[in-house]
Amino acid sequence: MNLHEYQGKELLARYGVPVQQGILAHTLEEAVAAYEKIKQDSGSPFAVVKAQIHAGGRGKGGGVKLAKNMDDLKTHAGNILGMMLKTPQTPGGMEGLGKLVRKIIITEDAYKPNFESCKEYYISVLTDRDSKRNVIVYSVKGGMDIEAVAEETPELVHKEFVDPQLGLQAFQARKIAFNFGLQGEAFKNMMKFVTKLYDAFVKSDATLIEINPCMHNGLDEMIAVDTKMSLDDNALFRHKDLIAWRDKDEEDPMEVEAGEHDLNYVKLDGNVGCMVNGAGLAMATMDVIKLSGGEPANFLDVGGTADAQRVEQAFRLILKDPNVEAILINIFGGIVRCDRVANGVVEAYKNMGDEINVPIIVRLQGTNADIAKQIIDESGLNVRSATLLQEAAEEVAKALQPDDLTKIEGIGPKIQEALNEAGIKSYRKLSVTSAEQLKEILKSFPMANPSTWSQQADMASKGKWEELREWQDKLIGGVEK
Amino acid sequence: MSVLVNKDSKIIVQGFTGKEGTFHAEQMIEYGTNVVGGVTPGKGGTMHLDRPVFDTVAQAVERAGANVSLIFVPPAFAADAIMEAADAGIEVIICITEGIPVQDMVKAKAYVNERNCRLIGPNCPGVITPGEAKVGIMPGFIHRKGTIGIVSRSGTLTYEAVDQVTKAGLGQSTCIGIGGDPIVGTSTKEAVELLMNDPETEGIIMIGEIGGGMEAEAARWIKAHGTKPVVGFIAGQTAPKGRKMGHAGAIVGGHDDTAEAKMEIMRECGIHVVSSPATIGATMAAALKK
Repeated sequence: MNLHEYQGKELLARYGVPVQQGILAHTLEEAVAAYEKIKQDSGSPFAVVKAQIHAGGRGKGGGVKLAKNMDDLKTHAGNILGMMLKTPQTPGGMEGLGKLVRKIIITEDAYKPNFESCKEYYISVLTDRDSKRNVIVYSVKGGMDIEAVAEETPELVHKEFVDPQLGLQAFQARKIAFNFGLQGEAFKNMMKFVTKLYDAFVKSDATLIEINPCMHNGLDEMIAVDTKMSLDDNALFRHKDLIAWRDKDEEDPMEVEAGEHDLNYVKLDGNVGCMVNGAGLAMATMDVIKLSGGEPANFLDVGGTADAQRVEQAFRLILKDPNVEAILINIFGGIVRCDRVANGVVEAYKNMGDEINVPIIVRLQGTNADIAKQIIDESGLNVRSATLLQEAAEEVAKALQPDDLTKIEGIGPKIQEALNEAGIKSYRKLSVTSAEQLKEILKSFPMANPSTWSQQADMASKGKWEELREWQDKLIGGVEK
Repeated sequence: MSVLVNKDSKIIVQGFTGKEGTFHAEQMIEYGTNVVGGVTPGKGGTMHLDRPVFDTVAQAVERAGANVSLIFVPPAFAADAIMEAADAGIEVIICITEGIPVQDMVKAKAYVNERNCRLIGPNCPGVITPGEAKVGIMPGFIHRKGTIGIVSRSGTLTYEAVDQVTKAGLGQSTCIGIGGDPIVGTSTKEAVELLMNDPETEGIIMIGEIGGGMEAEAARWIKAHGTKPVVGFIAGQTAPKGRKMGHAGAIVGGHDDTAEAKMEIMRECGIHVVSSPATIGATMAAALKK
């Protein structure tokens, strides 16, 4: 579970780690009140407005601004609240849509009292997979991307591994403070800082705490100015008070919905949906899709019980994605029997009736795979079955062959070509493309009138040819009279 | 031979009387596995599935001579169960439980390291030596006794590989599911090493995933010490960076732990790398003929 900066700081403060003071605000009014309080407490009119979203690099997209007075504060808070903030880490990066900023924090200016003598350090704590130990990573080069620092000046990035049974020892904290080149009060304060930081990491079951920058101010104090923190989902049972800190607004709504149904789902950008039991096989199935000429539209692990209800939930989830042009179901039945899964697929398909408008490939292997294949083949549904993974791969490739769009009245070979070029190759894709979007694509065909195409394509995608023909008889050039 | 478990292993189940423990213990017994009892604190002295229940692992070792333990204990208590088994002198501890907190495993792993035992898992399907002992949740019937050793981080993907090996007319010596968590008891390299040193194993299939450096470590070891053909596959070629793919450990962090980077290292180390998981069995069969 990822935390916001303000949540991370609150948690660190509970363990005695000195943090930059700040107040959360959801509205301009709250921001103004927060500023008054910060100004009073810090004795300085300078304050920083920081967007609170789950992504780093906020400064690059204009999500962090210094306010020197109330007018500044109002301008910045007004601009940042409600903005679509683009950072290198938001979906699509700086070219993407960005993330909506719903809340901000107003913080004290950590660079007072003596801006000139401030130094920025980098300190993080995480679990190292190779050594199977917790490690403190630190560098005098703070305030910038640590990966870049590690690449350019690896000698400036240090690591201190901690014995799991003994915890962080005093000599290790000393070593860290010495490596920062500190002495006197600063040395003592750094020792305290890392000791408390490590304590916070272990006691809150964090998977990552990154302090960048850790400010060494003019008074030789160490202060966490920015915090990135993630907690171990599996350990939340012993941190019940922190569960409420989960911010679903920051997550993909489809993934949230999947989680409510106990489905492990990750949304991707491709055109072939998949439904698999087991995480490793799910990733392998995505790879098969890619090798068959498609791109995976999702990762979806349905887990150990692939009954009708779960299959139906999974179908509904996958079909919400308009880019999906085929679905591959890949179940290796061990404890789960394939015939049960097959019945589940058939039942879910029937329950959903008209809603399924893409080719479905079902590959069932393992316990009772033969009976399962028979169930699928005899169901009379528009489902292709396979037993070997290789066969499934071939079926996916076949399913991705472009549909004959000229069967839609109003579309000729030239228009079909233009649509294909725009990525519309299937009836389903055409059915979810609006007439306005189509007009945009077909600018060079001023005579084309796509008003009925998506509806025609919808019938075609569901195999309702009879109905389509009857309707087409009433149309003139694909346009309603 | 074979490795880790065989027909003489004396196996207990921790979390024996629970739903999962009961179901899988029954399946194991049906397979012919030598299950000598189980542990459920507070139910010591009773019988379950015609076998004795003990309060502690130490009792199971003392009274039933147990040397292998399979753990089905819920996540919050699983690390404790691992340490109890290690302390009691169990030689091979296999932990199926998924969702153990990372910090618990950091401690349990350090504890196990100081004792004379091997931990497999957690978050794994277990270990099977076909025809002798099924110690885990894998479907027994897809396996066939043979000479191919399999090491994998995943469950159903392992079954897929097993099935292909069996259909290619080969069988398995021992299949080791090492688990999909960031911290596991036995690494890919350690499992490969066991199989490389097993005289009955003639070829090895190594199935990895995105995330971590275990496959690269194993590949380098194989290049230096390998004596048998190894077929390798890495799942997650299409997984985006920074997203966790189901398994807690399956996440691309940097440039070195993408599927492509791992496969490249494996190729350089002389491993027969397949890009499609559909060709694992056929590639193994072909590699053996060379």
